[in-house]
Amino acid sequence: MYDFNFAPVFGSFDALLVGAWLTIQMSTIAMIIGLVLSILGAVGKTSGPKPVRFAINVYIEIIRNTPFLVQLYFFFFALPALGVRLGPNQAALLALVVNFGAYGTEIVRAGVASVGKGNIEAAKTVGLNFTQTLRYVILKPALRAIYPALTSQFIYLMLASSVVSVISATDLAAAGNDLQSQTFASFEVYIVITAMYFAMSLAFSGVFALIGKYAFSYPMSR
Amino acid sequence: MIREFGPNEIIYITLAVRYTVLLSLIAFAGGAVGGLIIALMRVSQNKYRRWLAVAFIRVFQGTPLLMQLFLAYFGMAIMGFPIDPWTAASVALVLHAAAFLGEIWRGCIESVPDGQHEAARVVGLGYINRMRYVVLPQASRIAVGPTTGFLVQLIKATSLASIIGFTELTRAGQIISNATFEPFMVISLVAALYFALCWPLSKLASHMEHKFNQATTR
Repeated sequence: MYDFNFAPVFGSFDALLVGAWLTIQMSTIAMIIGLVLSILGAVGKTSGPKPVRFAINVYIEIIRNTPFLVQLYFFFFALPALGVRLGPNQAALLALVVNFGAYGTEIVRAGVASVGKGNIEAAKTVGLNFTQTLRYVILKPALRAIYPALTSQFIYLMLASSVVSVISATDLAAAGNDLQSQTFASFEVYIVITAMYFAMSLAFSGVFALIGKYAFSYPMSR
Repeated sequence: MIREFGPNEIIYITLAVRYTVLLSLIAFAGGAVGGLIIALMRVSQNKYRRWLAVAFIRVFQGTPLLMQLFLAYFGMAIMGFPIDPWTAASVALVLHAAAFLGEIWRGCIESVPDGQHEAARVVGLGYINRMRYVVLPQASRIAVGPTTGFLVQLIKATSLASIIGFTELTRAGQIISNATFEPFMVISLVAALYFALCWPLSKLASHMEHKFNQATTR
Protein backbone atom coordinates (compact mmCIF):
# COMPACT_ATOMS: atom_id res chain seq x y z
CA MET A 1 0.00 0.00 0.00
CA TYR A 2 1.26 3.47 -0.92
CA ASP A 3 2.01 5.87 1.92
CA PHE A 4 0.63 9.29 1.20
CA ASN A 5 2.90 12.05 2.33
CA PHE A 6 1.32 15.46 2.27
CA ALA A 7 3.78 17.10 4.67
CA PRO A 8 6.18 18.49 2.02
CA VAL A 9 3.24 19.80 0.00
CA PHE A 10 1.73 21.76 2.85
CA GLY A 11 5.21 22.83 3.96
CA SER A 12 5.47 24.79 0.70
CA PHE A 13 1.85 25.84 0.56
CA ASP A 14 2.82 29.52 0.27
CA ALA A 15 4.40 28.86 -3.13
CA LEU A 16 1.13 27.25 -4.26
CA LEU A 17 -0.89 30.22 -3.03
CA VAL A 18 1.36 32.54 -5.02
CA GLY A 19 0.77 30.29 -8.03
CA ALA A 20 -2.99 30.44 -7.50
CA TRP A 21 -2.83 34.22 -7.34
CA LEU A 22 -0.82 34.30 -10.60
CA THR A 23 -3.45 32.10 -12.27
CA ILE A 24 -6.28 34.40 -11.11
CA GLN A 25 -4.31 37.45 -12.22
CA MET A 26 -3.52 36.07 -15.66
CA SER A 27 -7.09 34.85 -16.24
CA THR A 28 -8.58 38.17 -15.16
CA ILE A 29 -6.27 40.26 -17.36
CA ALA A 30 -6.88 37.89 -20.29
CA MET A 31 -10.64 38.13 -19.73
CA ILE A 32 -10.64 41.96 -19.64
CA ILE A 33 -8.53 42.36 -22.79
CA GLY A 34 -10.39 39.46 -24.40
CA LEU A 35 -13.71 41.15 -23.66
CA VAL A 36 -12.61 44.32 -25.44
CA LEU A 37 -11.55 42.15 -28.38
CA SER A 38 -14.91 40.35 -28.26
CA ILE A 39 -16.89 43.60 -28.33
CA LEU A 40 -14.83 44.86 -31.28
CA GLY A 41 -15.28 41.49 -32.96
CA ALA A 42 -19.03 41.49 -32.38
CA VAL A 43 -19.40 45.03 -33.74
CA GLY A 44 -17.27 44.13 -36.76
CA LYS A 45 -19.19 40.95 -37.38
CA THR A 46 -22.64 42.55 -37.21
CA SER A 47 -22.03 45.90 -38.91
CA GLY A 48 -18.60 45.82 -40.55
CA PRO A 49 -17.95 45.75 -44.29
CA LYS A 50 -17.86 42.37 -45.99
CA PRO A 51 -14.06 41.77 -45.88
CA VAL A 52 -14.01 42.57 -42.14
CA ARG A 53 -16.89 40.17 -41.50
CA PHE A 54 -15.10 37.50 -43.50
CA ALA A 55 -11.82 38.04 -41.62
CA ILE A 56 -13.58 37.82 -38.24
CA ASN A 57 -15.32 34.62 -39.28
CA VAL A 58 -12.01 33.08 -40.37
CA TYR A 59 -10.47 34.06 -37.01
CA ILE A 60 -13.35 32.53 -35.05
CA GLU A 61 -13.36 29.29 -37.03
CA ILE A 62 -9.58 28.83 -36.80
CA ILE A 63 -9.49 29.40 -33.04
CA ARG A 64 -12.54 27.27 -32.30
CA ASN A 65 -11.34 24.33 -34.38
CA THR A 66 -7.75 24.03 -33.16
CA PRO A 67 -6.56 23.06 -29.65
CA PHE A 68 -5.53 25.78 -27.21
CA LEU A 69 -2.22 23.98 -26.69
CA VAL A 70 -1.36 24.30 -30.39
CA GLN A 71 -2.30 28.00 -30.31
CA LEU A 72 -0.02 28.43 -27.32
CA TYR A 73 2.86 26.68 -29.12
CA PHE A 74 2.23 28.89 -32.12
CA PHE A 75 2.61 32.10 -30.12
CA PHE A 76 5.61 30.86 -28.16
CA PHE A 77 7.59 28.73 -30.66
CA ALA A 78 6.41 29.82 -34.11
CA LEU A 79 6.14 33.60 -33.75
CA PRO A 80 9.92 34.04 -33.18
CA ALA A 81 10.35 32.69 -36.74
CA LEU A 82 8.43 35.75 -37.88
CA GLY A 83 10.65 37.98 -35.75
CA VAL A 84 8.23 38.41 -32.83
CA ARG A 85 9.88 37.15 -29.66
CA LEU A 86 7.66 36.87 -26.57
CA GLY A 87 8.44 35.73 -23.05
CA PRO A 88 6.50 32.74 -21.71
CA ASN A 89 4.09 34.86 -19.70
CA GLN A 90 3.46 37.26 -22.58
CA ALA A 91 2.91 34.40 -25.03
CA ALA A 92 0.55 32.74 -22.54
CA LEU A 93 -1.44 35.93 -22.04
CA LEU A 94 -1.63 36.55 -25.79
CA ALA A 95 -2.81 32.99 -26.45
CA LEU A 96 -5.49 33.26 -23.74
CA VAL A 97 -6.70 36.62 -25.07
CA VAL A 98 -6.86 35.43 -28.68
CA ASN A 99 -8.64 32.24 -27.60
CA PHE A 100 -11.15 34.06 -25.40
CA GLY A 101 -11.78 36.64 -28.12
CA ALA A 102 -13.07 34.02 -30.56
CA TYR A 103 -15.59 32.53 -28.13
CA GLY A 104 -16.41 35.94 -26.63
CA THR A 105 -17.21 37.49 -30.03
CA GLU A 106 -19.93 34.90 -30.60
CA ILE A 107 -21.29 35.33 -27.06
CA VAL A 108 -21.45 39.14 -27.29
CA ARG A 109 -22.90 39.09 -30.81
CA ALA A 110 -25.65 36.67 -29.77
CA GLY A 111 -26.43 38.84 -26.73
CA VAL A 112 -26.79 42.05 -28.72
CA ALA A 113 -28.83 40.24 -31.38
CA SER A 114 -31.21 39.06 -28.64
CA VAL A 115 -32.37 42.65 -27.99
CA GLY A 116 -35.51 42.94 -30.08
CA LYS A 117 -35.87 45.75 -32.59
CA GLY A 118 -39.40 46.30 -31.27
CA ASN A 119 -38.00 47.17 -27.83
CA ILE A 120 -35.86 49.95 -29.30
CA GLU A 121 -38.83 51.33 -31.23
CA ALA A 122 -40.99 51.11 -28.10
CA ALA A 123 -38.33 53.02 -26.14
CA LYS A 124 -38.40 55.76 -28.75
CA THR A 125 -42.20 55.86 -28.60
CA VAL A 126 -42.36 56.28 -24.82
CA GLY A 127 -39.88 59.15 -25.13
CA LEU A 128 -36.56 57.74 -23.91
CA ASN A 129 -33.60 59.62 -25.31
CA PHE A 130 -30.60 57.96 -26.96
CA THR A 131 -28.49 57.41 -23.81
CA GLN A 132 -31.47 56.07 -21.87
CA THR A 133 -32.34 53.72 -24.70
CA LEU A 134 -28.75 52.55 -24.93
CA ARG A 135 -28.48 52.03 -21.20
CA TYR A 136 -31.81 50.52 -20.20
CA VAL A 137 -33.14 48.99 -23.39
CA ILE A 138 -30.04 47.74 -25.19
CA LEU A 139 -27.08 47.31 -22.83
CA LYS A 140 -28.74 46.02 -19.69
CA PRO A 141 -30.78 43.25 -21.32
CA ALA A 142 -27.87 42.37 -23.61
CA LEU A 143 -25.52 42.14 -20.62
CA ARG A 144 -28.07 40.04 -18.80
CA ALA A 145 -28.33 37.74 -21.79
CA ILE A 146 -24.58 37.22 -22.16
CA TYR A 147 -23.71 37.17 -18.46
CA PRO A 148 -24.10 33.40 -17.81
CA ALA A 149 -22.18 32.38 -20.95
CA LEU A 150 -19.48 34.96 -20.27
CA THR A 151 -18.89 33.88 -16.68
CA SER A 152 -18.72 30.20 -17.55
CA GLN A 153 -16.31 31.10 -20.34
CA PHE A 154 -14.15 32.83 -17.71
CA ILE A 155 -14.05 29.70 -15.57
CA TYR A 156 -13.25 27.64 -18.64
CA LEU A 157 -10.43 30.11 -19.40
CA MET A 158 -9.06 29.83 -15.87
CA LEU A 159 -9.00 26.02 -16.04
CA ALA A 160 -7.55 26.00 -19.57
CA SER A 161 -4.84 28.43 -18.43
CA SER A 162 -3.22 25.56 -16.48
CA VAL A 163 -1.81 24.48 -19.85
CA VAL A 164 0.46 27.55 -20.06
CA SER A 165 2.78 25.90 -17.53
CA VAL A 166 4.14 23.73 -20.38
CA ILE A 167 5.85 26.75 -21.95
CA SER A 168 7.21 27.60 -18.46
CA ALA A 169 4.84 30.50 -17.86
CA THR A 170 4.28 30.99 -14.13
CA ASP A 171 0.92 29.94 -12.72
CA LEU A 172 -0.60 27.47 -10.26
CA ALA A 173 0.18 24.40 -12.39
CA ALA A 174 3.77 25.61 -12.83
CA ALA A 175 4.09 26.07 -9.06
CA GLY A 176 2.90 22.48 -8.78
CA ASN A 177 5.44 21.27 -11.33
CA ASP A 178 8.26 22.96 -9.40
CA LEU A 179 7.14 21.51 -6.09
CA GLN A 180 6.70 18.09 -7.66
CA SER A 181 10.27 18.03 -8.92
CA GLN A 182 11.58 19.10 -5.50
CA THR A 183 9.58 16.69 -3.35
CA PHE A 184 8.91 13.75 -5.73
CA ALA A 185 5.46 13.54 -4.14
CA SER A 186 3.83 13.90 -7.56
CA PHE A 187 0.41 12.49 -6.77
CA GLU A 188 0.02 14.44 -3.54
CA VAL A 189 1.10 17.69 -5.21
CA TYR A 190 -1.35 17.29 -8.08
CA ILE A 191 -4.20 16.26 -5.79
CA VAL A 192 -3.71 19.48 -3.81
CA ILE A 193 -3.35 21.58 -6.99
CA THR A 194 -6.49 20.02 -8.47
CA ALA A 195 -8.38 20.75 -5.25
CA MET A 196 -7.19 24.36 -5.41
CA TYR A 197 -8.40 24.75 -9.00
CA PHE A 198 -11.71 23.19 -7.94
CA ALA A 199 -12.03 25.60 -5.02
CA MET A 200 -11.26 28.53 -7.32
CA SER A 201 -13.84 27.50 -9.90
CA LEU A 202 -16.49 26.93 -7.20
CA ALA A 203 -15.69 30.28 -5.58
CA PHE A 204 -15.85 32.17 -8.86
CA SER A 205 -19.10 30.57 -9.97
CA GLY A 206 -20.57 31.35 -6.53
CA VAL A 207 -19.52 34.99 -6.70
CA PHE A 208 -20.72 35.32 -10.30
CA ALA A 209 -24.11 33.82 -9.39
CA LEU A 210 -24.42 36.28 -6.48
CA ILE A 211 -23.52 39.27 -8.65
CA GLY A 212 -25.92 38.07 -11.34
CA LYS A 213 -28.72 37.79 -8.82
CA TYR A 214 -28.37 41.37 -7.61
CA ALA A 215 -27.31 43.11 -10.80
CA PHE A 216 -30.00 41.65 -13.04
CA SER A 217 -32.87 41.12 -10.62
CA TYR A 218 -35.47 43.26 -12.34
CA PRO A 219 -38.54 41.50 -13.72
CA MET A 220 -38.50 40.33 -17.30
CA SER A 221 -41.47 39.10 -19.29
CA ARG A 222 -39.61 36.05 -20.61
CA MET B 1 22.60 17.59 -37.31
CA ILE B 2 19.53 19.47 -38.40
CA ARG B 3 17.00 17.57 -40.47
CA GLU B 4 15.28 19.11 -43.46
CA PHE B 5 11.55 19.71 -43.19
CA GLY B 6 10.66 17.60 -46.21
CA PRO B 7 8.00 15.15 -47.43
CA ASN B 8 9.02 12.50 -44.88
CA GLU B 9 8.42 14.86 -42.00
CA ILE B 10 5.07 15.95 -43.43
CA ILE B 11 4.05 12.31 -43.80
CA TYR B 12 5.18 11.49 -40.24
CA ILE B 13 3.07 14.30 -38.79
CA THR B 14 0.08 13.51 -40.99
CA LEU B 15 0.17 9.84 -40.01
CA ALA B 16 0.12 10.84 -36.33
CA VAL B 17 -3.46 11.99 -36.94
CA ARG B 18 -4.52 8.36 -36.56
CA TYR B 19 -3.44 8.34 -32.88
CA THR B 20 -5.39 11.53 -32.24
CA VAL B 21 -8.42 9.97 -33.95
CA LEU B 22 -7.99 6.66 -32.11
CA LEU B 23 -7.65 8.35 -28.70
CA SER B 24 -10.68 10.53 -29.47
CA LEU B 25 -12.70 7.45 -30.43
CA ILE B 26 -11.68 5.58 -27.25
CA ALA B 27 -12.57 8.60 -25.13
CA PHE B 28 -15.84 9.10 -26.96
CA ALA B 29 -16.92 5.44 -26.78
CA GLY B 30 -16.03 5.11 -23.10
CA GLY B 31 -17.43 8.54 -22.37
CA ALA B 32 -20.71 7.65 -24.09
CA VAL B 33 -21.22 4.61 -21.85
CA GLY B 34 -20.25 6.57 -18.74
CA GLY B 35 -22.19 9.63 -19.87
CA LEU B 36 -25.39 7.65 -20.34
CA ILE B 37 -25.06 6.24 -16.82
CA ILE B 38 -24.35 9.70 -15.39
CA ALA B 39 -27.25 11.26 -17.29
CA LEU B 40 -29.69 8.58 -16.09
CA MET B 41 -28.43 8.95 -12.50
CA ARG B 42 -28.78 12.70 -12.81
CA VAL B 43 -32.51 12.44 -13.68
CA SER B 44 -33.15 9.55 -11.29
CA GLN B 45 -35.82 9.64 -8.56
CA ASN B 46 -33.26 8.55 -5.98
CA LYS B 47 -31.65 11.62 -4.46
CA TYR B 48 -28.34 9.91 -3.58
CA ARG B 49 -27.85 8.82 -7.18
CA ARG B 50 -28.67 12.33 -8.31
CA TRP B 51 -26.26 13.80 -5.78
CA LEU B 52 -23.48 11.42 -6.83
CA ALA B 53 -23.94 12.33 -10.50
CA VAL B 54 -23.90 16.06 -9.70
CA ALA B 55 -20.69 15.66 -7.67
CA PHE B 56 -19.02 13.72 -10.50
CA ILE B 57 -19.99 16.35 -13.08
CA ARG B 58 -18.93 19.27 -10.83
CA VAL B 59 -15.52 17.79 -10.08
CA PHE B 60 -14.68 16.97 -13.69
CA GLN B 61 -16.05 20.23 -15.07
CA GLY B 62 -14.47 22.29 -12.29
CA THR B 63 -10.88 21.06 -12.55
CA PRO B 64 -8.41 21.39 -15.43
CA LEU B 65 -8.17 18.42 -17.79
CA LEU B 66 -4.38 18.70 -17.52
CA MET B 67 -4.58 17.97 -13.78
CA GLN B 68 -6.93 15.04 -14.43
CA LEU B 69 -4.34 13.66 -16.85
CA PHE B 70 -1.52 14.12 -14.32
CA LEU B 71 -3.56 12.43 -11.59
CA ALA B 72 -4.37 9.48 -13.85
CA TYR B 73 -0.71 9.26 -14.85
CA PHE B 74 0.81 9.40 -11.36
CA GLY B 75 -2.16 7.61 -9.81
CA MET B 76 -1.40 4.54 -11.92
CA ALA B 77 2.09 4.39 -10.47
CA ILE B 78 0.70 4.64 -6.96
CA MET B 79 -1.72 1.79 -7.54
CA GLY B 80 1.16 -0.36 -8.71
CA PHE B 81 0.47 -0.36 -12.44
CA PRO B 82 3.33 0.36 -14.84
CA ILE B 83 3.13 3.93 -16.11
CA ASP B 84 1.72 3.92 -19.61
CA PRO B 85 0.57 7.12 -21.38
CA TRP B 86 -2.02 5.20 -23.45
CA THR B 87 -3.88 3.93 -20.39
CA ALA B 88 -3.51 7.13 -18.39
CA ALA B 89 -4.71 9.33 -21.26
CA SER B 90 -7.60 6.97 -22.04
CA VAL B 91 -8.77 6.79 -18.42
CA ALA B 92 -8.61 10.56 -17.89
CA LEU B 93 -10.31 11.41 -21.19
CA VAL B 94 -13.04 8.77 -20.72
CA LEU B 95 -13.94 10.19 -17.29
CA HIS B 96 -13.75 13.74 -18.64
CA ALA B 97 -16.03 12.87 -21.58
CA ALA B 98 -18.44 10.99 -19.29
CA ALA B 99 -18.93 14.09 -17.14
CA PHE B 100 -19.53 16.42 -20.08
CA LEU B 101 -21.73 14.02 -22.07
CA GLY B 102 -23.66 13.22 -18.89
CA GLU B 103 -24.49 16.89 -18.44
CA ILE B 104 -25.37 17.39 -22.13
CA TRP B 105 -27.60 14.32 -22.26
CA ARG B 106 -29.31 15.16 -18.97
CA GLY B 107 -30.56 18.32 -20.67
CA CYS B 108 -31.76 16.29 -23.65
CA ILE B 109 -33.59 13.78 -21.44
CA GLU B 110 -35.21 16.57 -19.46
CA SER B 111 -36.39 18.31 -22.61
CA VAL B 112 -38.57 15.30 -23.47
CA PRO B 113 -42.00 16.47 -22.22
CA ASP B 114 -43.19 15.06 -18.88
CA GLY B 115 -46.34 13.79 -20.57
CA GLN B 116 -44.24 11.23 -22.45
CA HIS B 117 -42.86 9.80 -19.18
CA GLU B 118 -46.33 9.76 -17.63
CA ALA B 119 -48.02 8.21 -20.65
CA ALA B 120 -45.37 5.48 -20.78
CA ARG B 121 -45.96 4.78 -17.10
CA VAL B 122 -49.71 4.70 -17.57
CA VAL B 123 -49.52 2.10 -20.35
CA GLY B 124 -47.54 -0.04 -17.92
CA LEU B 125 -43.96 0.27 -19.12
CA GLY B 126 -41.30 -0.29 -16.45
CA TYR B 127 -38.26 1.95 -16.03
CA ILE B 128 -36.05 0.18 -18.57
CA ASN B 129 -38.70 -0.07 -21.28
CA ARG B 130 -39.84 3.49 -20.62
CA MET B 131 -36.31 4.79 -21.14
CA ARG B 132 -35.45 2.38 -23.95
CA TYR B 133 -38.55 2.83 -26.13
CA VAL B 134 -40.05 6.19 -25.17
CA VAL B 135 -37.66 8.71 -23.62
CA LEU B 136 -34.18 7.96 -25.00
CA PRO B 137 -35.21 7.72 -28.68
CA GLN B 138 -36.74 11.19 -28.44
CA ALA B 139 -33.86 12.57 -26.39
CA SER B 140 -31.29 11.17 -28.82
CA ARG B 141 -32.70 13.26 -31.67
CA ILE B 142 -32.15 16.41 -29.61
CA ALA B 143 -28.71 15.18 -28.57
CA VAL B 144 -27.12 14.65 -32.00
CA GLY B 145 -26.12 18.29 -32.55
CA PRO B 146 -24.62 19.07 -29.11
CA THR B 147 -22.92 15.65 -29.00
CA THR B 148 -21.18 16.30 -32.31
CA GLY B 149 -20.15 19.70 -30.93
CA PHE B 150 -18.65 18.01 -27.89
CA LEU B 151 -16.75 15.58 -30.12
CA VAL B 152 -14.89 18.61 -31.50
CA GLN B 153 -14.00 19.64 -27.91
CA LEU B 154 -12.81 16.11 -27.24
CA ILE B 155 -10.55 15.94 -30.32
CA LYS B 156 -8.98 19.23 -29.24
CA ALA B 157 -8.65 17.94 -25.67
CA THR B 158 -6.62 14.91 -26.80
CA SER B 159 -3.79 17.35 -27.60
CA LEU B 160 -3.12 17.58 -23.85
CA ALA B 161 -2.18 13.90 -23.83
CA SER B 162 1.04 14.99 -25.54
CA ILE B 163 2.12 16.57 -22.24
CA ILE B 164 2.19 13.19 -20.48
CA GLY B 165 4.17 11.71 -23.35
CA PHE B 166 1.46 10.27 -25.58
CA THR B 167 2.65 10.56 -29.18
CA GLU B 168 -0.32 11.95 -31.06
CA LEU B 169 -0.54 14.82 -33.52
CA THR B 170 0.70 17.61 -31.22
CA ARG B 171 3.63 15.61 -29.88
CA ALA B 172 4.60 14.35 -33.35
CA GLY B 173 4.72 18.00 -34.34
CA GLN B 174 6.92 18.84 -31.35
CA ILE B 175 9.34 16.01 -32.17
CA ILE B 176 9.69 17.14 -35.79
CA SER B 177 9.89 20.78 -34.73
CA ASN B 178 12.79 19.99 -32.39
CA ALA B 179 14.59 18.01 -35.09
CA THR B 180 14.14 20.45 -37.96
CA PHE B 181 14.07 23.85 -36.22
CA GLU B 182 11.12 24.82 -38.40
CA PRO B 183 8.54 25.56 -35.69
CA PHE B 184 6.50 27.90 -37.85
CA MET B 185 5.95 25.37 -40.66
CA VAL B 186 5.43 22.44 -38.28
CA ILE B 187 2.98 24.11 -35.91
CA SER B 188 1.01 25.56 -38.82
CA LEU B 189 0.77 22.07 -40.32
CA VAL B 190 -0.36 20.60 -37.00
CA ALA B 191 -2.97 23.35 -36.60
CA ALA B 192 -4.17 22.79 -40.18
CA LEU B 193 -4.59 19.06 -39.54
CA TYR B 194 -6.62 19.70 -36.37
CA PHE B 195 -8.69 22.19 -38.34
CA ALA B 196 -9.30 19.61 -41.07
CA LEU B 197 -10.55 17.17 -38.41
CA CYS B 198 -12.67 19.60 -36.40
CA TRP B 199 -14.11 22.09 -38.86
CA PRO B 200 -16.34 19.66 -40.80
CA LEU B 201 -17.66 18.32 -37.47
CA SER B 202 -18.35 21.85 -36.18
CA LYS B 203 -20.21 22.69 -39.39
CA LEU B 204 -22.16 19.45 -39.14
CA ALA B 205 -23.05 20.16 -35.51
CA SER B 206 -24.34 23.66 -36.17
CA HIS B 207 -26.17 22.46 -39.29
CA MET B 208 -27.94 19.74 -37.29
CA GLU B 209 -28.83 22.11 -34.45
CA HIS B 210 -30.20 24.60 -36.96
CA LYS B 211 -32.24 21.92 -38.73
CA PHE B 212 -33.58 20.61 -35.42
CA ASN B 213 -34.58 24.11 -34.28
CA GLN B 214 -36.38 24.69 -37.57
CA ALA B 215 -38.22 21.40 -37.27
CA THR B 216 -39.39 22.06 -33.72
CA THR B 217 -40.24 25.77 -33.72
CA ARG B 218 -43.29 27.02 -35.47
